[in-house]
Amino acid sequence: MPLRLISLAALIAAWWIGSQLAGERLLPEPQAVAMAIWAEARSGALAFNLATTLARVAASFIIAMALGTVFGLLMGRDRNLDRLGDPWLVALLNLPALVIIVLAYVWAGLTETAAIAAVALNKLPIATVTVREGARSLDAGLDDMAQVFRMGRWVRLRHVVLPQLAPYLAAAARSGLSLVWKIVLIVELLGRPNGVGFEIGIAFQLFDVTRILAYAFAFVAVMLVIETFLVQPLERHVSRWRPRTA
Amino acid sequence: MSPAGAPGRLEVAIKQKLFRAASGKDLHVLGEIGFALANGEVAALVGPSGCGKTTLLRIIAGLDRDYQGTVSLPPHCRLGMVFQEPRLLPWRTVEANVRLAAPQASDATLDALFQTLGLAAHRNHYPGELSLGLARRVALARAFAVAPDLLVLDEPFVSLDAALAERLRAELVELVTRRPVTTLLVTHDVEEAIGLADRLLVLSVSPARIVATVPIAHPRAAHSAEEVAAIRAAIAPRLGSAKA
Repeated sequence: MPLRLISLAALIAAWWIGSQLAGERLLPEPQAVAMAIWAEARSGALAFNLATTLARVAASFIIAMALGTVFGLLMGRDRNLDRLGDPWLVALLNLPALVIIVLAYVWAGLTETAAIAAVALNKLPIATVTVREGARSLDAGLDDMAQVFRMGRWVRLRHVVLPQLAPYLAAAARSGLSLVWKIVLIVELLGRPNGVGFEIGIAFQLFDVTRILAYAFAFVAVMLVIETFLVQPLERHVSRWRPRTA
Repeated sequence: MSPAGAPGRLEVAIKQKLFRAASGKDLHVLGEIGFALANGEVAALVGPSGCGKTTLLRIIAGLDRDYQGTVSLPPHCRLGMVFQEPRLLPWRTVEANVRLAAPQASDATLDALFQTLGLAAHRNHYPGELSLGLARRVALARAFAVAPDLLVLDEPFVSLDAALAERLRAELVELVTRRPVTTLLVTHDVEEAIGLADRLLVLSVSPARIVATVPIAHPRAAHSAEEVAAIRAAIAPRLGSAKA
């Protein structure tokens, strides 16, 4: 922990030195950014924009993970579905995020639905591929066991299949969350009237580096909190049965 | 003995079972196999390793439907099975593993089962924390908890040390004595088969056929060394001739 703190202090010091060398306009001092965060927080704009962006992150993340889990499971379990779905998957995987976003806005207008759909569509193929990998490695022995003991569909899914997929779902969620919030900012920049991405867009037009950094740091802080207090405890809970190893 | 069609009666009439090998060639795993088990009867399948015993069990358990012939289980037959490996859900506790397979089992039934199998202290442990011997007992508990009409055991005591296997066999005998259940047991251990079964079904090498049926005079009672030796001598040439 002290090492981390020293490293963090060094980063801030380097930032301060950099701002002295580059000048206030290109790289404002740390305290100027802190003041900007405080000012935005007091006006309520920070909380509003963070909440708006987080809501978009949550909506598109949940949609992408839910659909990705279903598609991944189906494709991993059924060879014909895999053959049918694979070309779509490859096409989506290789379509640049920007193209999907622009097309979504062109086809569905500059709407909330288009924004969330575009982000979800960017995340969907990666979630599908990850879960498919997990579904392919499901234990046939446990499948037989579940069949012999006539376990119902829901019991099988919840107690036999999903626990085996847990590491894959966790991997998809982790990589997904960091991908989704980055793409949400671009979606907001291109076609939404609010949110962190929109604010950063405005600040860019005004060449207001202080504001850009203020929103960026506030948002990174929120994502760190989510990672520490939501994602990590969940992972620990899911893997509680694993014998503790060195 | 119960008449045909009684609950728990198992009839097997397999014509043949082919297995498509990776090379694309068909392997003839099972030949013509026909036998029937009466209600409450315990039969042991013995035969050389690799002769298709596990394949036969998978067909009877309904896990493999790609064969020629018929297997008739009584309608609404509840199946309890112990696989070669314990096949427990590692992410669920011992008790949850049993309850998930047997949701209708009462607390009293489970208490008694865990008591008999020496698992009472391990109910809240995860399978990863158990030794192989304990894990096999959990698998036995799970198979009995469903109150099966047909119990299928695939070498349930393999790779355990002799003393522990002996104890578990005694526990199995206690369980099938307390609640008689039609049982099919696969083993490569003739002595184990003699100790547990009413009848031995001796299989040949692949493609497996039944080459001998040996009734046991006093099932699940102590057998003298001479009795065991006599049965061994009776089936040894069968196994031997099948190998040739």
